[in-house]
Amino acid sequence: MASTATPIKPELLRTLPSDAARQIQWRFADRYDLQMLVQSARSVARGPVARLVANGGRNSHEWTPAKAELLKAFDESGITAVFMDPEQGGFIAGPKNLALALVAFELAWVDGGAATASLAGCLALAPIHERGTPEQHTKYMGLAAPPQAGEDRKPWRGSFCLTEPIPYVGVDTGMLNGKIRIAEWKEGEEPTLQVEKRGRFITNIGFANFVTAAVDSGDERIKGSCMVILEEGDPGTFDRGTPTRKLVHQLSSTGDPIFSLCIPASRIVGGYDVKDGVILPRYNHSEVIEAVFRRTRVTVGVMTAAKLLSAVEPVIRYQRGRFRGAETATPGSVRYELGLQAREDALHRLVDVWATGEAGAALGFAAARAFDELDPLEREADKLLAAQGVTSARARAKLQREASERAADLVRLPAGLPANDAKRAQLESDPLLRFVLLDSLADVLCPATKLWNTGWGAQMMREAVSLMGGYGITEDCPGFLGNKWMDAQLEATYEGPEAVQRRQLSITMTNPLFRAQFQAWIREMRGIASERPGTGACALATAMGMWLWTLERLQHSTDADGGRLYQSARQGVTFPLADALCWLLAARCQILDAIELEQRGPSDPAVAEGLAGLANFMTDLCHVQSARASGEVARICAELVFGYNRHPAWDEAGYRGCYQQDELDSLEGIIPGIGSYGLDVIGNDGSHPKKAGPCAKCHGAEQFLSLQTKLSTCLTGCRLSKDRAAEAISKLMIPEALDYPA
Amino acid sequence: MTDGYHIVVCGSVVPDPLQTLEPIETPTGPALKNEMMLPAVLDPWAAHALYEAANLASKVTGSKVWLVSVGPKAKLQQVMMTIAQRVSFELVPVDSSASGFADAHSTAALLAETIQSIAGLDRSRLLVFGGWESASRGAGATMQLVGERLEILDQFQGVDQLSVQADGSFEVLERIEAGRHQVSVCQGPPALFGWATGNLPEPRNNPQVGMANMRTVMPALQRAKSEPLPAGGLHFLSATPPKQQRQTRVVKDLSPEQIAQEIAEWIGK
Ligand SMILES: Cc1cc2nc3c(=O)[nH]c(=O)nc-3n(C[C@H](O)[C@H](O)[C@H](O)COP(=O)(O)OP(=O)(O)OC[C@H]3O[C@@H](n4cnc5c(N)ncnc54)[C@H](O)[C@@H]3O)c2cc1C
Repeated sequence: MASTATPIKPELLRTLPSDAARQIQWRFADRYDLQMLVQSARSVARGPVARLVANGGRNSHEWTPAKAELLKAFDESGITAVFMDPEQGGFIAGPKNLALALVAFELAWVDGGAATASLAGCLALAPIHERGTPEQHTKYMGLAAPPQAGEDRKPWRGSFCLTEPIPYVGVDTGMLNGKIRIAEWKEGEEPTLQVEKRGRFITNIGFANFVTAAVDSGDERIKGSCMVILEEGDPGTFDRGTPTRKLVHQLSSTGDPIFSLCIPASRIVGGYDVKDGVILPRYNHSEVIEAVFRRTRVTVGVMTAAKLLSAVEPVIRYQRGRFRGAETATPGSVRYELGLQAREDALHRLVDVWATGEAGAALGFAAARAFDELDPLEREADKLLAAQGVTSARARAKLQREASERAADLVRLPAGLPANDAKRAQLESDPLLRFVLLDSLADVLCPATKLWNTGWGAQMMREAVSLMGGYGITEDCPGFLGNKWMDAQLEATYEGPEAVQRRQLSITMTNPLFRAQFQAWIREMRGIASERPGTGACALATAMGMWLWTLERLQHSTDADGGRLYQSARQGVTFPLADALCWLLAARCQILDAIELEQRGPSDPAVAEGLAGLANFMTDLCHVQSARASGEVARICAELVFGYNRHPAWDEAGYRGCYQQDELDSLEGIIPGIGSYGLDVIGNDGSHPKKAGPCAKCHGAEQFLSLQTKLSTCLTGCRLSKDRAAEAISKLMIPEALDYPA
Repeated sequence: MTDGYHIVVCGSVVPDPLQTLEPIETPTGPALKNEMMLPAVLDPWAAHALYEAANLASKVTGSKVWLVSVGPKAKLQQVMMTIAQRVSFELVPVDSSASGFADAHSTAALLAETIQSIAGLDRSRLLVFGGWESASRGAGATMQLVGERLEILDQFQGVDQLSVQADGSFEVLERIEAGRHQVSVCQGPPALFGWATGNLPEPRNNPQVGMANMRTVMPALQRAKSEPLPAGGLHFLSATPPKQQRQTRVVKDLSPEQIAQEIAEWIGK
């Protein structure tokens, strides 16, 4: 019997994603401490911060009393105490990377500068937190903790001072000009140090009570560099300098300070030893800042993602209301009801902005969670090594290398192995292995978050601004989108500009342990694709394969002149490949978040209603993003794979690969029709076709070309997803007004 | 009063007032479109009652505050992430409907029953607080019905101020017309107060209070009984949004004088 199939219309998104949905996506549905923190941070962001921005608080470079009020609001709402442990006056036990990322997300939703002002305090404390002595830890965490009820005390604020006036420290953190010398060293007593340090673009300096500063030895009795803690009351000069005339983040204080201070040697971060009359700081400044930045950079990346997501609601409201009030736009007409959303491009571009925001947030929060997992593992691994008597850096490195090799074996074990397989169990229960595994991931996720979220985020923030037309670049734009666009450029710059992140990635992404995991992810994406083809996971898996193929190829090949391609000086090779990887990582995290939502949503009644529409929409955004990511990867990889070969020219060597017209004519008798193939033919008079040269060949890259073809066809359906997402955006219900002033 | 008060605040969730509230018909009667998916807040009237309760409890040692909430558990949990950081209380949740279309009699019956089941509650110290109406319904009936069921005779509605006198009696200010108050004196508990706005600002977030509250809030939510609300005798012929055009503007940054001025100008137009 014939039947008529009625196409089932997929459920559409009905409202903006709720908090409950975000908690599932970003994996803090079971953390009420973090859920409360989100609400506190939000109330500060959409209350005092938004009011200050709306009142023109960003229109001055000075540190004003109104800006200072925000610090109080941070203290009172618990934002300042997030960095502290409960015994230091905090309220969150355990690692705090995800917590800080959530605070940054909420504050940056309204203003990036406010987020920076809050986070810079943590940055100042971070060297002490990561590498300080127990005494330093207790003292400064205690001083910086906001006062408890009944306590009459002003909390200390801090600055982190690494960057120096030109020509010294910038991207290159090794070019330290700041110096310490021994001022006095009495027999059997603590030495006193004279510190000379100038800073450039130092955040929080307008009000900092202490500064963690990077300095080098200017004295043969001190070995190497270190970080030191400077205090406002130390003897000497503590000059805050003039405020930086920033175009961005004006709610944070920035300036170029000058310090010439006398401090006790106990202020060397992490302490020191004395050997043969020489002070040996336990950590040089690079070791400290590496431990610091690998965590704090994640939060910066999360900020830009928040801004993209924050743009969605104001843009929708603007688009829908664009023509209301006009005589021709009567209620019920397309113009009235849909406004600019009647135009496909307006919707498609908003889909792109939204998808980028989702991908950035997914990547950033995944990185933050990875560090939350890594922090205790790192300490466990440290203890384990200490128990084995491993103290020297070299012995440690050796053990870690061995552990990495064993861990790579674990990752390569076939997926179908039983859970109780003895080898797997042994590998999984070894904390050192778990540490190196996660460490290799964190080494990639952190710079990727900082690089992609801020860099590409800035581009897409511009797109968001453009969707608002002229309004977008005025102070009146709801959601402060123009500010957020410009601010994104700072997020891409401070705490290490994009070049720094690319440089780091170009090393960490070649770690065999990371590569082994990446390979497992390709399998994972194919598995996902077979169950959820709509995510675009298949295209992503192909693009991941292409990226890996390209990396391996570049590592083992040379350019037309025999120069090695994959090496640190060849940033033209390594940097784009690092960029390409970021696209893949972000899209993968986005897919995993969408699946988490779909799987766990039904058990939460606040999410279950409307989940089908939300899950469909998130899946469509994944598809849009995977397609975009795959395209970027294909473009970058193709340039790198072929771009370093020299194009054949119309010269003797080039001619050798071409047919002569006579030759072709005679071949025609043997292979009829050969002349109709697109071959390069040299005329009998020596003339050649009008083009750059004989077509280039692809020796050894056939596999790449087949991947490229496969990738193109993998994009099947991605535009249908975009159309669906666009339709959903045109129909979803948004609030009557933005919940913060503009 | 040496032992302090037992203050039970009745309050539940309502959709965030910035959301578009669109009545729709469902098989079980009218509802708001996408209500479960919209962000919710603690009913503002009940919130005032809660802050007043906490304030009173902090002044009279030995007092304790319970927040009895009849509402969808998952929504209550989300709202607790804000409210639990404001003041100390013990949550007594009942997983049920907090819809503005619920029958006030059914809601009141469930509230009264729940209050009676609170272990250790001392009627001689009992003060029942709530909003004099609700942002989702505005019927102004629920608290009175709760009072009747609990057989509490001293009831006050539209309360803006409650002061404890030296002899333990209360002086109560209830709103009457023209911005004036009726002043009454009541001997003491048990008594019921349906609050208007009171005089207190919203307490600021205190994460430490939040963490302390959560130790009891989360288990209470997990244990919360699911009680479908009977339809009662109420049925709706139709539900439509108010006819006048809604003109929403967020003005968090204006002084009361400026707001009053603007409203006066708008009315005059
Ligand atoms: C508002 C603001 C707040 C800041 N807050 C702080 C703070 O609190 N504490 C602090 O210590 N610093 C702070 N900084 C400084 C910030 O971290 C530096 O500006 C940043 O690290 C870049 O240094 P630079 O400006 O000297 O750039 P440069 O080192 O001059 O680099 C400029 C550009 O040159 C290129 N480049 C440089 N080196 C390389 C390389 N090796 N490979 C490839 N390309 C390269 C890149 O394109 C780079 O972006 C802040 C900056 C600003 C603007």
